[in-house]
Formats: sequence, C-alpha cells, structure tokens
Amino acid sequence: MAAIPLNDVEIKEREKSIVIKGKQKKQLICDTESIAGCVSQRACVYCGARVVLNPVTDAVHLVHGPIGCASYTWDIRGSLSSGSELYRNSFSTDLKEEDVIFGGEKKLASAIDQLVEKYRAELVFVYSTCIVGVIGDDLEAVCKAAAQKHGIEVIPVQSSGFIGNKAAGYRAACDALLRLIKPGGRQVKKREKCINYLGDFNLAGEAWIIRNYLRQMGVEVNVTFTGDSRYTALKKAPEACLNIIQCAGSMNYLASKMKELFDIPYINVSFLGLEDTADSLRRIAEFFNDSEITRRTEELIRSESARVKLIVEGYREKFRGKKAAVYVGGGFKAISLIKQFREIGIEVVMIGTQTGRKDEYETINELVNDGTVVLDDANPTELERFMTEKGAHLLVGGVKERPLAYKLGVAFIDHNHDRKHPLSGFVGAVNFAEEVYSTLCSPVWKYVR
Amino acid sequence: MLDFTPKEIIERTSGGLINPAKTCQPIGAMYAALGIHKCLPHSHGSQGCCAYHRSHLTRHFRDPILASTSSFTEGASVFGGGANLKTAIKNVFAIYNPDVMAIHTTCLTETIGDDIPAFLGQAEIPEGKIVIHANTPSYVGSHITGFSNMTRGMVNYLSEAATETKKEQVNIIPGFVNPGDMREIKRLVRAMGINFIMFPDTSGVVDSPMTGKFEMFPQGGTTVKELKDTGNSKLTIVLGSFASTDAAIALERKCKVPAKTLKTPIGVKATDEFLMTLRNTFVTEIPYELEEERGQLVDIMVDTHHQFHGKKVAIFGDPDIVIALTEFVLSLGMVPVHVLTGTPGSTFEKEVKAMLLESGLKGNVKAAGDLFQFHQWIKNEPVDLIIGNTYGKYIARAEDIPLVRVGFPILDRSVHSYMPIVGYKGAMRLVEMISNALLERQDRDAADEDFELVM
Repeated sequence: MAAIPLNDVEIKEREKSIVIKGKQKKQLICDTESIAGCVSQRACVYCGARVVLNPVTDAVHLVHGPIGCASYTWDIRGSLSSGSELYRNSFSTDLKEEDVIFGGEKKLASAIDQLVEKYRAELVFVYSTCIVGVIGDDLEAVCKAAAQKHGIEVIPVQSSGFIGNKAAGYRAACDALLRLIKPGGRQVKKREKCINYLGDFNLAGEAWIIRNYLRQMGVEVNVTFTGDSRYTALKKAPEACLNIIQCAGSMNYLASKMKELFDIPYINVSFLGLEDTADSLRRIAEFFNDSEITRRTEELIRSESARVKLIVEGYREKFRGKKAAVYVGGGFKAISLIKQFREIGIEVVMIGTQTGRKDEYETINELVNDGTVVLDDANPTELERFMTEKGAHLLVGGVKERPLAYKLGVAFIDHNHDRKHPLSGFVGAVNFAEEVYSTLCSPVWKYVR
Repeated sequence: MLDFTPKEIIERTSGGLINPAKTCQPIGAMYAALGIHKCLPHSHGSQGCCAYHRSHLTRHFRDPILASTSSFTEGASVFGGGANLKTAIKNVFAIYNPDVMAIHTTCLTETIGDDIPAFLGQAEIPEGKIVIHANTPSYVGSHITGFSNMTRGMVNYLSEAATETKKEQVNIIPGFVNPGDMREIKRLVRAMGINFIMFPDTSGVVDSPMTGKFEMFPQGGTTVKELKDTGNSKLTIVLGSFASTDAAIALERKCKVPAKTLKTPIGVKATDEFLMTLRNTFVTEIPYELEEERGQLVDIMVDTHHQFHGKKVAIFGDPDIVIALTEFVLSLGMVPVHVLTGTPGSTFEKEVKAMLLESGLKGNVKAAGDLFQFHQWIKNEPVDLIIGNTYGKYIARAEDIPLVRVGFPILDRSVHSYMPIVGYKGAMRLVEMISNALLERQDRDAADEDFELVM
C-alpha cells in the first residue's frame, strides 16, 4: 500500500503517522516518541500530570523545580470551582544553582512546612520536574516525612518531563490519585445509585451540567475526577458503585485500577453532542436496571432534546458545504467531535491528536469519510498543508493552533483549556453550534485577501 | 474569593516562591531568537519546555510561535543529548529550512552537562546555514537573563569587525519589549536620519500581518548580514541594562564597538537621553517632528498632572521596564510605594531606591520577589493603582484597585503588543492608560452628586 507521498522537505519517519482513509490499508502508527527537531505540538509528562490533578481545588499544588514549570501552569486550566480557589495559586520551590548541586530536599521540606502552615491545606501534591529526576531528590521520603509531621496527605507526583510524553503524565497523576483514595484500614461502605465521574475537568462548568442531568435521573455523582473536586470528596471515591469515564486517555488507567482494587465497574461515556449525550445517559440508566431511573432518563432526554434539537438543526442550513479540521489532545475528544460536527452538518476532513491510542484511531477511521486525513503528533507544517489541501473552513484545537488557523484565514474553536463556554451535554451542543457559527460566519473573514 | 494572602507579613525562609513575578530563561532565549530573520528557535530539552514557551508567547502575542525541540527521552537524559541534537539539526534544516537555528538549553540539559559547542562541532550543518547557541539554565536568573544570553549569543557567533574604520551606524539592543516598542524605537532613529541595526528585532515576526497564508518565517527580524555588520558600527546603545548589557559588552570586547547603556526609553527623561545620545554621536540636530512630539507629550502631562499628583502606585514586572516606569510615574507626580521584580539583581534595588530618594520618597523595593510579597505590601499600605502584567489581576480584584497592564505576559487583553510604551508617543499612550484607569474608577465610585461631566 502506498504511503502518503510527503513533500521532499518533510521527513520519512512521519509517513507512518499520517494516513488518508480509503487510500491505503496501512495502520496509523501512534504513541511513538516525537522526532527530534520537529515543531511538535505535544507537551511533557509534567504537563499531563498537572492538567489532570490541577482541578483538585483545595490542594496545594507545589512544583519542585526551577520556576518555569510553575509559571506556565499558573491558573491556565479554566476548571471552575464551587469552593476553594487555592489551586489557582502558583507554588514553586524555585530551585537555584546551589540546589541543583547540593540537592533540593531540604528546600522542598521547608517549602511544604511553610505552605501547610499558611494555607492549612489537608492535601499537598508535590510535582517532580525534569531536574528533580536528574539530581535524584528523594521525593518519596520528603513527602512521607512531611505527611507524618503535619498529619496530612503529601503525595509525590512522579512527573519528570523526559520520562515519557503527556500520556505518561496522565498515568503519574492517576497513580497519585490512587494513593489518595486508597482507604487504608477504613471500611468502605458502598452507596447505591452513586457514581464517580472520571475525565471531566469542569472546564467552563461542564461537570456541573452532567451532575445536574444525573441528579434528574436519580443518580448521584459521588466525586468527579477531577473537576471541582476536593480532598474529602476524593477520599470517598471507593464508595461509588459505578465509574463513568469521559476522557479515556487520562482516566482509563485509574478506572481499571479502581475495578481491580474496589470492584467498581466502569463504562466509557461521552457528553459531547446530542447523540452521544443521550446514548451515554441511557447506558448509565441501563447499568442500574431500575425502571424509575429509566423513566426519568427518557423524560430528561426527551425534554432536553426537544429544547435544543430545533436550534441545532437550524444551524445545519447555515453550515452547508463547510468543512472542519480537528487537532486535539486525546482520542476521545476527536471521536466525539466527528459526531458532533456531523450533527450540525459539517464534514471533518482532517483529524489528529497529540496522544490518541491505537483503538481510538481505529474508531476514528471507522467514523470518517473516505479521503479524510488522519494524523498523529502533527506539526504546524502538516496541519497547514492538509487544512489547505482539504479546504477546511474551521479548525478545532488548542492554544498553539489558534493563530495558525487565523493566519490561514480559517475559523477556530478552542476545545481545550481556553474554552469559554461549556460544550458538554444538550446545552453544550447548542453552545458548540453557536460557537461554530460565531467564528465560521463572522464578517471579519471578508477582509482576508 | 481569590484572596489567599494574609495581611500579616510572614517571614519566609524556604526560598520557595508563591505566585512568581518571573519565569525561566529558555522562554526569553526563544523570544530573542525570534528576532532574527528566518530563524527557528530550538529548545534542547524535554518537549514540555518548548510547548509551554510556545503557548505562553502565543497567548501574549496572539501570533504563531514556531520552535523545535530535541524531544528528550529517558535515554537521552542518561546518555546525553548529543544524538538528539544532531538529529534535530538535520531535521530542522531538512523540514523547515530556516537560515538560522538558534539553540537554547534547559535545566535538564544543563544539569546533565550537555556540551553544545562540542555537539555542534560534530553535527552536519548544511552549507550556508548557521547554528548559534546560548546556555540558558532555568535555575539561574529569569526569562530576562535568557533573553540577554541569547542576544549575547548572536554577538558571539555572528558579529564581525570587518572594516578598518567604524561605519556611521548605531547598534540598538531594545531589550525584552513588544514589537510595537521596537517599531517605535526604529521610527525615532529613522526620523533622526541615522543608519542603525536593531537586534534582536521581533517586529514583523510576532506581529506579522494577516495575508491568508501561513508564513513559517515572516518578513521581520534582524538578518544575518546585519548581525555580522554590528561589529562595524560606531556605537551600541543598550536600552535596559538587564536584558541587553551583556551583549553590548561582548560586542565591545569582540569588535571594539563602544557601548552606552541607557534606560528603556519610557517617559520624557529617558526618551530625551536616548535621542541626545544619538545626536551627540551622529547628527547635529533633533528633527522638528520629534521636538513637536516631545512638546505634545509635555503639554499632555501639564494638562493632566492634577490627576496624578500624590497618587500611590505599585509597580511590578521585568527590571528594565519597571525601572523606567518608576522614573516616568515620578515625573507625573505619582508616588511609587511598592516596586518589585521577580528577576534577581541588586542593581535593581539600588537604582530604584536612588530614584525614590531623589524625589524625597521611600518605598518597598525588591528584586527576586514574588507576587505574594507584593500583595502583602499592598495590604499593609494600599495604593491607588497597580501597574504590571496580567498576573496583577488577582491582587487588583482582591483589593479593588485598578490595574494598568504593562509588560510581559499579558494574557487577558489584546492589541497591546502592537502599541508602544516607549518614546514620546508611547508615553502619551501610558498617560492615557493611567489617566483612564484612575478616572474610570472615580466615575464608578462617585456618588450621584459627585458624578461629573467635565473631568
């Protein structure tokens, strides 16, 4: 099968990470290390760990390293809190040259002491950065001693940047969460009709929307991982009778561990788009096999769908013939976006992720039309080339992709940290259509030469 | 709601920071490198560093920021990053084909001791292409240090003294400022009719126009030819000592180009000094066009001085900008009571304290501080206005004090990077921003009977 003929200026190794549906049978290769010298849009282990844990609102998130890693992650996640805002501060040990030479353990211990005293936090996450991995500070020991000294939880997050990619960071975060929720000697009392919601970071308040739907169905959310979560609520995670996972890339590992340790079954869900939302709510109801829950679920889907369906369909006409490109962090979001775009009559002509898994790429390949370009760990040159070639009118991406799209005269939607409207659930489908409309149909594009 | 800072001053001995007023060296190096024409900055370290710097700069400039990375793995950090860097050099020129690749290091590669010049000696660099580097350990200094180191790298690698006698031209190192400021500085020098080389020059790179095409390397930036020619200039003018002096000293040593360090030209006094320095060396007269601008600025300052007199202000940000801003607000009759930078350096404190003393004032002044401390100061001695970057918004909200956004980064407002704060025009803009902030606050807080039409 012919691989994609890349321009001479592009590199051979990248060919395996790009496929065009229908043109070849070859498997797309993903989860490979990025090639040195590429302008990769990917991030590091610390980044992955931090984005997953950051929404724990009442924790001190202490970054052990030179200042940069703490600076760049200071309150950028857009996760909303209904309580503490402590997580929106930036804490760093600000390692200096002498610390690199003599070790940073003392400084770390002293920083924890002072932060705990100042903020009376019950939970401290200590993130390891590249340099800590190299100078060999014993994070484990420092955290253990601090935990004993203060009688609180001080949990190390093994997130040195170079030990893998962002996905390795998700795993490091899940390991930290597992340590936190392990009941120790406590008796776990299971609570009926009570579930954990994994993989929603409450961007623009999305987790609240879903929590509200579930409440209307008669199902209670025990705790969300990790949007708007708190120490005490997380501790009770083992009490749930079901885990539902939205962002699979970051949370599948935690879910499977919780099944193993606490015997909590899990199902994958998606609340992006009308179809996926309704389908996911039904599958949750099915799990409980309770006629009252089923009735209330159908009632909810009926009333919410009726409310928004006409609005969303109204947009289809306006979007006729428009094409979208998608480049997002994980596979779950990419899959949902294909469906969500289909609902508003927009075809996805290019789609890629930073850290999508093999099975997710298989699903993507099933969903998209022939001719669609699918690519893993793309660089801006590739994004530009395929958006232009495929005639995309709109790009969905994150912070680094926005100005790239704009320079091409292509509309843009942030589906990442910088999103400003909730895109989840029935209401999210309306917001999504409105947001697409506001950018795609803006008069500003008329002035692009 | 977002106020987690206690009023009672807490003695802090851990050396850690809460809510930093600085970030790390490599981002400054990346920004400086973007000021070279057709240059791809390269981050020698983990992928995350490069992603963070690009995101941060993208949020500030709202333009594509391109940079490549060595994409470190566990293996590279054990065996050294030589192989990664050599592959990266090969790929960068094969895929992106820049004229220059500007490598900066990170805390990781500094700690494992990667020897960049040795790697470069072994690397295959295509004919006619240039690779430069700067060591930018994140655990030393700040982003300003990184900017300074990369700018010095340009001199080390490229500047040449090729002519017997120096040319009638001036080098200008603008410091870590916005492209809007660089454009304004260039306009002033052009109006004087003086030949110049500005380096680095990010105008036309991070404020590139919309054309419907994506240009990996937009038109702006100092060319390699110009960088080489800096060794033949008669004088180097440094605007802001922290970000730019090191490069000028290197150039003085290497090519015997004398250097003169001035403040970032914010306000009448600093702009006067800049123009007078140019005049003294190159021309006999300041053109009327600039005399007129100066007169307009002073006119505006006179018209508005009653609004500013005695108003207390707290300023934080990068040292060169903060020093110049302090001088400027003093000239308006304001009282800078808290002045802080996150960048270390004792000359900052000395310089600011001297300015305050000269005006018969005393204030809290600190280098290597953080915004937790700054907030504590404000709680204990409230101010009428805060001037600083976006991160000041938490304090502004907690204390209900207006914030004028100046500096880097500004993540929550747009257009700022296109508009100057330097030169007479820039000072006019600052007067407008400060005045509007104070008057809007007065309007908001006024009782009906005090609400005035004419202010």
